[in-house]
Amino acid sequence: MKTMLKATVAALALAAAGSAANAADVKACYIYVGPVGDFGWSYQHDQGRLAVEEHFGDKVETAYLESVPEGPDAERAIERFAREGCDIIFTTSFGYMNPTIKVAKKFPDVKFEHATGYKTADNVATYNSKFHQGRYIIGQIAAKQSETGVAGYIASFPIPEVVAGINAFLLGAQSVNPDFKLKVVWANTWFDPGKEADAAKALIDQGVDIISQHTDSTAPLQVAQERGMHGFGQASDMIKFAPEAQYTAIIDEWGPYYIERVQEVLDGTWESKSTWAGLKEGHVVMADYTNLPDDVVAMAKETEEKIKGGWEPFTGPITKQDGTVAAEDGVALDDGAILGMNWYVEGVDDKLPQ
Amino acid sequence: MRVELIKRKEQSRKMALLSPLIAIGLTALSAAIIFAISGHNPLLGLYKFFIEPLTQQWSLEATIDKATPLVLIACGLSVCYLSNNWNIGAEGQFIVGALFGSVLPIMFPDFETSATLPLMLVFGAVGGALWALIPAVLKTRFNTNEILTSLMLVYVASLILDYLVRGPWRDPGGYNFPESRLFSDAATLPDIFGGAMSLSTPITFLVAIILAIMLGKTMKGFEIRVMGESPRAGSFAGFSARRLTLFAFALAGALAGLAGTMEVSGALNQLLPTISPGYGFTAIIVAFLGRLNPIGIIVAGFVLALSYIGGEAVQSSLGVSNKIASVIQGLLLFYVLACDTLILYKIRIVSRRASSGEVSHV
Repeated sequence: MKTMLKATVAALALAAAGSAANAADVKACYIYVGPVGDFGWSYQHDQGRLAVEEHFGDKVETAYLESVPEGPDAERAIERFAREGCDIIFTTSFGYMNPTIKVAKKFPDVKFEHATGYKTADNVATYNSKFHQGRYIIGQIAAKQSETGVAGYIASFPIPEVVAGINAFLLGAQSVNPDFKLKVVWANTWFDPGKEADAAKALIDQGVDIISQHTDSTAPLQVAQERGMHGFGQASDMIKFAPEAQYTAIIDEWGPYYIERVQEVLDGTWESKSTWAGLKEGHVVMADYTNLPDDVVAMAKETEEKIKGGWEPFTGPITKQDGTVAAEDGVALDDGAILGMNWYVEGVDDKLPQ
Repeated sequence: MRVELIKRKEQSRKMALLSPLIAIGLTALSAAIIFAISGHNPLLGLYKFFIEPLTQQWSLEATIDKATPLVLIACGLSVCYLSNNWNIGAEGQFIVGALFGSVLPIMFPDFETSATLPLMLVFGAVGGALWALIPAVLKTRFNTNEILTSLMLVYVASLILDYLVRGPWRDPGGYNFPESRLFSDAATLPDIFGGAMSLSTPITFLVAIILAIMLGKTMKGFEIRVMGESPRAGSFAGFSARRLTLFAFALAGALAGLAGTMEVSGALNQLLPTISPGYGFTAIIVAFLGRLNPIGIIVAGFVLALSYIGGEAVQSSLGVSNKIASVIQGLLLFYVLACDTLILYKIRIVSRRASSGEVSHV
């Protein structure tokens, strides 16, 4: 019995040793907050990872951990990767910020990239995308297409990025119809298909005919499809889940960034920095405009070009919900004001949770 | 035809000891089959899942660290369950304990003395105990069902945490993101050994030993077991069911609250909208896997923690989906419970119309 046990352990150890033989120049590792099958946020990051694999072939090895809860599990997951020989680790959720910084201190030779946070270090860079640029465009489309003049917005958490998205959407809509209104439901989750679907149903029952979402599942769009309403894909192109309902989608295109950064690790030129790019750089991409009349598509494309040319959607006049002026006519908000946004523009039918 | 479970007259002691090992063996076998079906080397999968975490100091420490809050909470719960008090709300007691424990570092960040940490731990235990006493008092005064009230209070607790982290306790320098300020060094539970564990592990170990002695050797332990098995006999002996309910809930709450404070102080260093990946609920499983015995709970907590760490290991090294890790975890629990059931009962397949006395239907 004992020898048998020993033999088994030896066989297991041999099997393990055999697998460690494939050496690549760089190992890039990814930590996702949701399942790769969410077809939203985490799915798009994984598409970025696959783009890296395809671009570099055998030179780069990748690995990922999915559905890693923010908290102590995240710190352990990041440390695991650092110990397993990853050269660059992408932590793709806001809640991973402090764990990333903590582990980075212990492993000065490993590069860390944290998505959507604001803390950096010599070996920790941050990256995010200007999703609000896309939200301005879908706001315009919503105002053109809505018959009731009210859209619904399923939001996740009242952090600046989400608030800026709501404001950009409404500013876009008001540029077409100044009386346009927006109802907001806080789902308090990034990914919960059941909750998101309930929120979509509740909004439709309250008379909205267009649904926009800042949560990651396809459920709200599928509800819109069932009810004959319309909406927009979030993070990835969700057209196959809602072929008649999706007007367009704001796609997070992480591939180009991931390839650029991994290349820099290969070349030894990687440096810590904060990247915040949008439509112009191809980090945010609009999906095909579908189920729309030609004039609306033309308008959307025109706005897209304007933003690519350097125009900022948060350009005044912008009035806050409380009536004070946020930006004078023709003045654009600076990056800091957008990244720290904690107020609604006029016309949002909701009180910002504080 | 139908299948019946018949209570065994005698339970084999040998099988009672062997059954967890049989369960682990069956889990390993099933896991190997699952790895093979999903296109991975089954031996390599098993090695990565069950053995590799034990071979490196860091992953071993990480496993013990993951087991620590589970064991501490489960120890308290075992006193509740032994005395027939169904406290399902340890998750809430964990959270409220963490909130009480965070009062000092968040509201008085400049209070940095050597007394800070001990005070925080005391606050945490008191907070958890107070929160647990709500369902206990409701039960003893109004005869409400403690399963429901303790469970409901979990949601109340997590909403209070959510409110505080997004509102009054939000980090003033944190760009409106929902998190508290970071704790100062004086409020941080020190790391031990390689750094993957904090002081919470020896504290938990000590608590488990004390509890094992209390349950096995003292009058209080006797009272707890008698009142659980036969409250009527206990009342003849002069034991008060009411007082015991209050005691069991307060103790379980205090330990859960202590676990909560040690988690935010040692691992997170701040409050976040969610501070627990379900420790309070997983601890219920740990308590029963450990047969409501503190030493058994240490073992059960370790095995369950190993299944988490091993699950991460196969994910990161083999690219196995995390769903497979959850399946293996589920199988482990299933086999343990199935083996336990077969110690207490034997299976009989009866044809129509045959029936007997002590029968429970499946």
